[in-house]
Amino acid sequence: MSLDTPTTGCLHTPVLRERGQREVFCGLTGIIWLHRKMQDAFFLVVGSRTCAHLLQSAAGVMIFAEPRFGTAILEEKDLAGLADAHVELEREVERLLARRPDIRQLFLVGSCPSEVIKLDLSRTAERLNARHGPSVRVYNYSGSGIETTFTQGEDACLAAMVRGLDETADANLLVVGALPDVVEDQCLSLLTQMGIRNVSFLPSRRASGAPKVGPKTRFILTQPFLADTAHALERRGAERITAVFPFGEEGTNDWLRAVAKAHGVTLETFESVTAAPRARARKAVAAHAETLRDKTLFMFPDSQLEIPLARFLARECGMLPVEVGTPYLHRGLMEPELALLPTTVLSEGQDVDLQLDRHAALNPDLTVCGLGLANPLEAAGHATKWAIELVFTPVHFYEQAGDLAALFSRPLRRRALLQGAAE
Amino acid sequence: MKLTLWTYEGPPHVGAMRVATGMRSVHYVLHAPQGDTYADLLFTMIERRNHRPPVTFTTFQASDLGADTATLFKRAAQSAFDRFQPQAMIVGASCTAELIQDDPGGLASTLGLPCPVVPLDLPSYSRKENFGADETFLALTRALAQPCDRTAEVSCNILGATALGFRHRDDVAEITKLLTQMGIAVNVAAPLDATPEDLKRLPAAHFNVLLYPETGESAARWLEKTHAQPWTKTIPIGAEATREFIIEVAALANVSAQVDEKNLRQPWWSASVDSTYLTGKRVFIFGDATHAIAAARVASKEIGFEVVGLGCYNREFARPMRAAAKDYGLEALISDDYLDVEAAIIAAAPELILGTQMERHIAKRLGIACAVISAPVHVQDFPARYSPQMGFEGANVLFDTWIHPLVMGLEEHLLTMFREDFEFHDAAGPSHHGGKATPAQPILEPTPDAATQMIEAAQALADALHWLPDAERELKKIPFFVRAKARRNTEKYAAEKGVTQISIETLYEAKAHYAR
Repeated sequence: MSLDTPTTGCLHTPVLRERGQREVFCGLTGIIWLHRKMQDAFFLVVGSRTCAHLLQSAAGVMIFAEPRFGTAILEEKDLAGLADAHVELEREVERLLARRPDIRQLFLVGSCPSEVIKLDLSRTAERLNARHGPSVRVYNYSGSGIETTFTQGEDACLAAMVRGLDETADANLLVVGALPDVVEDQCLSLLTQMGIRNVSFLPSRRASGAPKVGPKTRFILTQPFLADTAHALERRGAERITAVFPFGEEGTNDWLRAVAKAHGVTLETFESVTAAPRARARKAVAAHAETLRDKTLFMFPDSQLEIPLARFLARECGMLPVEVGTPYLHRGLMEPELALLPTTVLSEGQDVDLQLDRHAALNPDLTVCGLGLANPLEAAGHATKWAIELVFTPVHFYEQAGDLAALFSRPLRRRALLQGAAE
Repeated sequence: MKLTLWTYEGPPHVGAMRVATGMRSVHYVLHAPQGDTYADLLFTMIERRNHRPPVTFTTFQASDLGADTATLFKRAAQSAFDRFQPQAMIVGASCTAELIQDDPGGLASTLGLPCPVVPLDLPSYSRKENFGADETFLALTRALAQPCDRTAEVSCNILGATALGFRHRDDVAEITKLLTQMGIAVNVAAPLDATPEDLKRLPAAHFNVLLYPETGESAARWLEKTHAQPWTKTIPIGAEATREFIIEVAALANVSAQVDEKNLRQPWWSASVDSTYLTGKRVFIFGDATHAIAAARVASKEIGFEVVGLGCYNREFARPMRAAAKDYGLEALISDDYLDVEAAIIAAAPELILGTQMERHIAKRLGIACAVISAPVHVQDFPARYSPQMGFEGANVLFDTWIHPLVMGLEEHLLTMFREDFEFHDAAGPSHHGGKATPAQPILEPTPDAATQMIEAAQALADALHWLPDAERELKKIPFFVRAKARRNTEKYAAEKGVTQISIETLYEAKAHYAR
């Protein structure tokens, strides 16, 4: 399938906007992958026991990992006197930095309770920066549930980092979004082969590799949930390259072509660099498309990856989306995606009980949903894919296109296997 | 403000969720921001429940804070009732909603819902999960229990089991079986699997069996005071405690204490010769107070281990825990900071840890065998098979699950004899496990202050002492799981004797000195 395929798209599809119980994570959850990506960073949530419990529960899979995140738990006396809370927080940070001399970046992460009591973390960050900079950079952002949904935590984190990036007058390319190292390396290799130089990544693996930004900077997003980060970069004078997101063969192709075009790479070079991995991606996806073709797909809102993934599953795997839910629909970033997405129901926000009613009525072949809903839906006879795996697994670019398709085909194959065994 | 990396208990509203989710036909309306819904996955993923927890979260956002979160709460409560038609509802606030002070109880009462609505007041910034569960069960019991006649036949209630409890499902089944054998009917088992209608007739039982004081003691005390129901104090974990429990129950019910023990295999498994190698194995025990105290008794009296550390994370039970620890000549460790627990484990150098999922992580890092005896637990602690901790079958289960992580008896001798052997070398670990144990790493990150001091002290001691090469080589021949202890004992012995050069002789003199 190519970009030339005529499609009606979802650009003008009315969006069902819902406001009720939202069965989603808050932005703190992003810490689980961000702390692995930034190897010299520590994330200190200023919050309640609930925040600590969320991180521990959502991070169940990473439970053996050396924790580079923690929660400064607010106690009753902190609520009584805010001045004391600031002092207490600084004391906890001092102890942490003394114990962990390897830390180069410290993120003070606001939570629901710290936002409600209006604890000013930027003030604390400023004071700590004055004391510990430049060897330790202290940032602050909010991952609170009253302000952020799941992946928006990464957006808030990266946006905070953009404000602290050094200025440059040189032309450079910034690839934005936390990618697994292996994927980052693949991306850099493709760009280098096309002759694109001066490429850096946000976030970088270590503070010492932080990118620079200026009026000659061009940037491109790898994740669809980075709207605030994009705005922050534009405010620093950088120019955004518009493309669909690099999921699947088509998405990767469009994404790379947009970068190539912006850098004056010839079509010939582009073709020669991408032909082989493209063919591999097509082959790998085809194996799974057999399982997925003509199956209906229902996506509960979770990570904001829903629209790009529905586009991939529909156009490259032949699935039939019946509802694509997203916590937020950011039209500015989603336009190229919506143009490619076959007509379907789009929903934004959530009223989980009403959405479950619609889901039951549609009885889709595959349901993408959060961990709270997956087993109950399986028990009711639906094949499900946990959405959180989509942010924990390398899924971007050509070489992962097959793995991405496999995440969706596996529940269907498994179900068939178990049913076959039961007969 | 207190820095926490991992926590033993969740916030109190998660305790309330454990009660609501364990029960049937109850609905919990929780005033909470989006994100707090993560708690659903504890039940659907970790416990593999096939239904969503019966909880409606209001999921307010920042924009609602300036507007009207009270109306949002009322709307959520009304639509939850309309949709789920519960026999009773509980309403409350999570930590963030506690700060905005909307009074869920008062708001719900203005709705005039046609079912009992029980308000919860759980202080999120000072209390924790077990308190939340205990308080919620008490609130439901107070609101619902009706005065009624005792049942004609002798009967009891079983109190304390909740959703997400460690083996609660199987414990209730095992104790029900035992009581039935004794001719005692179970009137109501609650909260797990009970309905609000069931709670109404709690006072019909002749007495109460309290299995989990952490989550059921307040209700048991209230029922005693209000409805004159005595309650059992013995927790039937282990063969001896189960026998004591039977005697206590028999006295309350006025029935015979003769119970068939033909399926109790643990005492013979423990007496049989292969178990000789278990004698004096050093075990460190940590968990909730009830499970940890019971485990210490079983470990020392029924399996013949040496208890070298004992503690709990729930401060509410510090007093009985301190008393229990004294029996083993120990100072109880009362802490909810897992770094403190890790430091205490390093200091005690145990061969086996009986703990929670936190201690399992610690054990893995240190390369020490471990079995789980208490919440908090993870998905692997909800087995498909029947696996109680309580009663006679529970005693059998304890023997199996605690012994399994260890090297088998004869194998331990082979490892000691052929320590340089390519197969029976000392880092090979138990042959019935796929993975290979990693020897203890003495220095860990992040290092807690206590551990740092301990390690520094050990270092200072080691600097003052000098191991002669022969002695160092000899030390390496000691199996890895006791090597750290042997090194420490030898150094301690040498320091006491004023010896600065440690030779092979010093090593064996120390060995003889500390011989069990």
